[in-house]
Amino acid sequence: MSVAAKRWAQVRRSLGGVEERSDRQVYLDHAASTPPRPEVVEAMLPWLAEHPGNPSGSHRLARDARRAIDDARDAVAALVGLDAGGVVFTSGGTEADNLAVDGVLGADSGVAVCCSTEHVAVLEPVRDSDGVVLSVDAGGRIDLGALAETLDSVADIKLVSVMAVNNETGVISPVAEVASMVAERAPGAVVHCDAVQAAAWLDLPSTCQGAHLVSITGHKFGGPKGAGVLALDGNIPLSPMLRGGGQERERRSGTQNVPAIVGLGRAAELVMEDRKDTADRVAAMRDRLEAGLLASVPGTRCTVPEGVERIPAVTHLCFEGVESEALLYLLEQEGICASAASSCSSGAQESSHVLAAMGVDREMAAGSLRLSLAWPTTEEDVDHALSVIPGIARCLSAGT
Amino acid sequence: MPVGGHLMATRRVMVAMSGGVDSSVAAALVQETGHDVVGVTLRLWGGESDSGCCSVSDVDDARRVADALGIDHHVFNMSDDFNRHVVEPYVADHAAGRTPNPCVECNRHIKFDRLLRRAQSLGFDRLVTGHHARVVEISDGTRRIARAVDPGKDQSYVLHMLDQEVLACLDLPVGEMSKEDVRKRAKTLGLRTANKPDSQDVCFITSASRGGGGRREFLRRRIPLTAGRVVDGSGAEVGRVDAVEMVTLGQRKGMDLAGGNTPRYATAVDTTTATVTVGPAADLFVDTTPVSGAGWANRPVEGRVLVQTSAHGKPASAFLQVESSVEEGQMLVRWDEPHRKVAPGQSVVFYQGTLVLGGALAC
Repeated sequence: MSVAAKRWAQVRRSLGGVEERSDRQVYLDHAASTPPRPEVVEAMLPWLAEHPGNPSGSHRLARDARRAIDDARDAVAALVGLDAGGVVFTSGGTEADNLAVDGVLGADSGVAVCCSTEHVAVLEPVRDSDGVVLSVDAGGRIDLGALAETLDSVADIKLVSVMAVNNETGVISPVAEVASMVAERAPGAVVHCDAVQAAAWLDLPSTCQGAHLVSITGHKFGGPKGAGVLALDGNIPLSPMLRGGGQERERRSGTQNVPAIVGLGRAAELVMEDRKDTADRVAAMRDRLEAGLLASVPGTRCTVPEGVERIPAVTHLCFEGVESEALLYLLEQEGICASAASSCSSGAQESSHVLAAMGVDREMAAGSLRLSLAWPTTEEDVDHALSVIPGIARCLSAGT
Repeated sequence: MPVGGHLMATRRVMVAMSGGVDSSVAAALVQETGHDVVGVTLRLWGGESDSGCCSVSDVDDARRVADALGIDHHVFNMSDDFNRHVVEPYVADHAAGRTPNPCVECNRHIKFDRLLRRAQSLGFDRLVTGHHARVVEISDGTRRIARAVDPGKDQSYVLHMLDQEVLACLDLPVGEMSKEDVRKRAKTLGLRTANKPDSQDVCFITSASRGGGGRREFLRRRIPLTAGRVVDGSGAEVGRVDAVEMVTLGQRKGMDLAGGNTPRYATAVDTTTATVTVGPAADLFVDTTPVSGAGWANRPVEGRVLVQTSAHGKPASAFLQVESSVEEGQMLVRWDEPHRKVAPGQSVVFYQGTLVLGGALAC
């Protein structure tokens, strides 16, 4: 396959004559999962290695475990700005989102409303309940006019779910505005906010102001995988999905994942301490990365229209004439781990429902790349990305 | 001479791994030769499936085999092209009363086109699949697909569209082995797919289809199925079918035929008038079959050839040529002995001995 050999040489040349593969690993997929912070791992270890207690028991070791998760509960309550009594620990963001929609709808009648760019963990339960899925603007945010109309015209709306930050694009939604609109036009309805991608970057009490339910998950802000939260404001009635021992005030049965919950609590404390500094540092790196890529690869554009508010951690780009899968493959060969849209359970890249809802042209969407940064990201990571990505992208687009 | 024998320097090889035993062993064989191997599984179908190359469990099998071999594994989503080039034409063919061959179209448009182009754009030197067929070089230096060592498993028929450009960079290592040896090898290597059953034909339709249920349901969701009349040679109605789109030439059952002791077969299907014509076995035999869209391994061929008209059909001798009696772009297969009618849309593949010369579609 001399074509391929030439092609490979071309790829190598495009990287500035580098003949040997770099050993550098650059992780730019933090929106998929961020590594736990060292302090978090340290806090978790004793609860993995030493303490056997089940928090539902009555003896001393059980009480120790109970105290540990309740300390975490306090930390999470402070992070979210809701009462500790309303913090329900779950296995993660998906369970929290599912519990919010299915738990609020319960067995009674009632309509759930969300918009088309929500995470599938919200979209699917809303669709399954024959709920209303609203259109979005070019930034992927809920269409407030359509929401007002729906709130005025549809009877028995029980839940409105709105994500604080989109997981693919990093776009920030006007949650507080949605909440006040719901309070005014459909005062009986509960507002749920999927704040999974917001926790690391935005002050949640102000971002999710007016929301009655908030979902977060540990591994998006320096905590471990396997622990999430649905936080409730006051006594919102919630039908449990998991039944049994009645843990989490009958809202989520099952022995709590103590080590992960301890880690989640520690991550909540840490993110409140240094969120602002991290956000400023990461924003500067993201902006440099984004500007560098836009300037060096012709036909590249930012997927999110200018002026639309985003978190500092994500740049979402579309490369003209490039196939995402090919781009990701070659980036990985150069040590860069990133993603395009979301992956399905087979590991294949799926076409993005978010970009489709935003009206991004199919061909542009096929060449999308999401680079997401977080607390461990360094300037050297950005340097490496800027030295590698333009050459590969140009090479792939030239080949089409 | 097998092309694989020419491999010398370390090459970058992409192995298409379906999650079945053949491609698992293919990956193992290539890896043993010391080349730089990457396994790739295609995600082709988002719908329900329980066989073939599409389901998540098959991807898992491929991934775990790659893990066991210590090679990288990637999943590429080509479901959009699969839908466009395989599923939609499959449905349209049925709607038009034709008999499609989705595996052929998948090979033509997906595995040996889009995947091959992907491999090239990523800098791979060679593509390997687990097909039971061989790539051989003939005396003039060009290459051909040849029948597999294991005649019962030979898949050369579904690879008839491969031309020199593809053959130049393709290796089919398991085509040199019997299926039994492939399974033995997989067992020796401890591969989890060693005893996995062979996949059945249409990978995007569930197994209920094999009795007609799944295929029927699949089509019913996509096209209106039309009830039709069954007539004999004189035009007299002798039965009814509830979906003419489901009737295949040569079919004998499911047409609710009244009376008569001699078996009758569908000899023509006309979806525009929703009519199936039936007749005795003798009516199924023809002297000639027109074909269109011929593609060749190297140069166009006319003259005496062996012709195979189904995946595991018996090759028959015929004379192939362009004739004024057929339409522009068509060729005529003149059978040496009367041959069973070939359902329109089926692949008609031309061989010289064990070598594939090319193929076309029955008109």
